[in-house]
Amino acid sequence: MAKKRSLILREVCNLIVPAVLLYAFYVQFHGDYGPGGGFQAGVIFAAAVILYTLVYGREKTQKIFPTSVVRYFVSIGLLLYAGVGVASLFMGGNYLDYNVLAHDPIHGQHLGIFLIELGVGITVAAVMIMIFYMLDEYAD
Amino acid sequence: MDIQTIINISLLTLLALTAVILLRLHNLLAAVLLSGIYSLLSAGLFVSLDAVDVAFTEAAVGAGLTTVLLMGAIAVTGREQSVTRHSKLLPIAVTTITAAALIYGTLDMPKFADPEAPIHTHVAPRYIEKSGEEIGIPNIVTSVLASYRGYDTLGEVTVVFTAAIGVMLLLGGSRKPKNQNAKKKRDTNG
Repeated sequence: MAKKRSLILREVCNLIVPAVLLYAFYVQFHGDYGPGGGFQAGVIFAAAVILYTLVYGREKTQKIFPTSVVRYFVSIGLLLYAGVGVASLFMGGNYLDYNVLAHDPIHGQHLGIFLIELGVGITVAAVMIMIFYMLDEYAD
Repeated sequence: MDIQTIINISLLTLLALTAVILLRLHNLLAAVLLSGIYSLLSAGLFVSLDAVDVAFTEAAVGAGLTTVLLMGAIAVTGREQSVTRHSKLLPIAVTTITAAALIYGTLDMPKFADPEAPIHTHVAPRYIEKSGEEIGIPNIVTSVLASYRGYDTLGEVTVVFTAAIGVMLLLGGSRKPKNQNAKKKRDTNG
C-alpha cells in the first residue's frame, strides 16, 4: 500500500475525488428534490475516500480521516437520527413525528428529514470507510 | 415491440447470462467483478422501471462499494474457490424444490404493471395525493422513506451500524498477534 502508484493513476484520482465528494454533498442535500438521499450520499462519499486510499495508501488518508474519528462518526449518525425522534417526543409529538419540530408542520418535516438524512449519510459513510480500513489493515 | 420492451428483454437476457457465467466460475476475483456487472445491469433495469432511487442505490452500493469491499476480503483470504467433494444431488434437489415453490408463488401475483394490484391501491395513492401538502417535498420516495416510514429507515441504519460493529469486532480486535498468524497461514498455504 505504501508503494507509490503511477503518475496517471494519481492525477486521475486527483481529478475525480473532489468531484465525487462534491457530488456526494449534492446527493445528500438535494435528496428532497431529486433522486438520492443520505444512504446514496454516504456511499458515494465513502467511495471517494476509498478511491483515494487505494491510490495513495491508508497512512495518507488517515491523516484526514483517522480511524479513531471515523469510529465515532459510525455512531454519531445513528444517534443523530434517534435523537431527532427523542427531540420530537420532548416537543410533544410521537417518536419521529417531525411536525412538532418547528412552528409550522411543513417546516418541521423539512427540518426532520434534513437531520435524519444527514444522520443516515454520516453513519453509512463512516461504516463503509471503517470496513475498508479494517480489511486494508488486516491485509497488511 | 416498443423500445422499452426491447431494453427490458435485452437487460434481462444479459442478467441471466451473467448469472449463469457466475455459477460456473471458480476464480473468486472474476466472480466479484461479474457480480458488480450484475448489479449494474439490474440498476439499468430499475431505471427502465422508473425506480431511479433504487437504481441509484444499486449502482452505488452493488456495483461500486460491494465490489471493492469483496475484493478487499479476497485479498485477505484467497482467490480460488475450494473444491467441494460432496455429492451435488442434495443441493440440486433443494434448489429445484425451492425454485418450483417460488415459481408456483408467482402464479398468484398480479400481472406486471396491473393498476389494480394491491400495492397500487393500498397506501400508494395517499402518498401520491397527500405527501405534497403533508410533507412538502417533491421527491415522494424521500417523503416515504424519511417521514412516513421513518421508523423503518431507523432500523435500516441500525443494521448498517451493526454490520460495522461486527466487522470491527472480527478484524479490529487484538490486532497484532492475529495478523501475524493470518500472514503465516497464508504464506504456508500459498
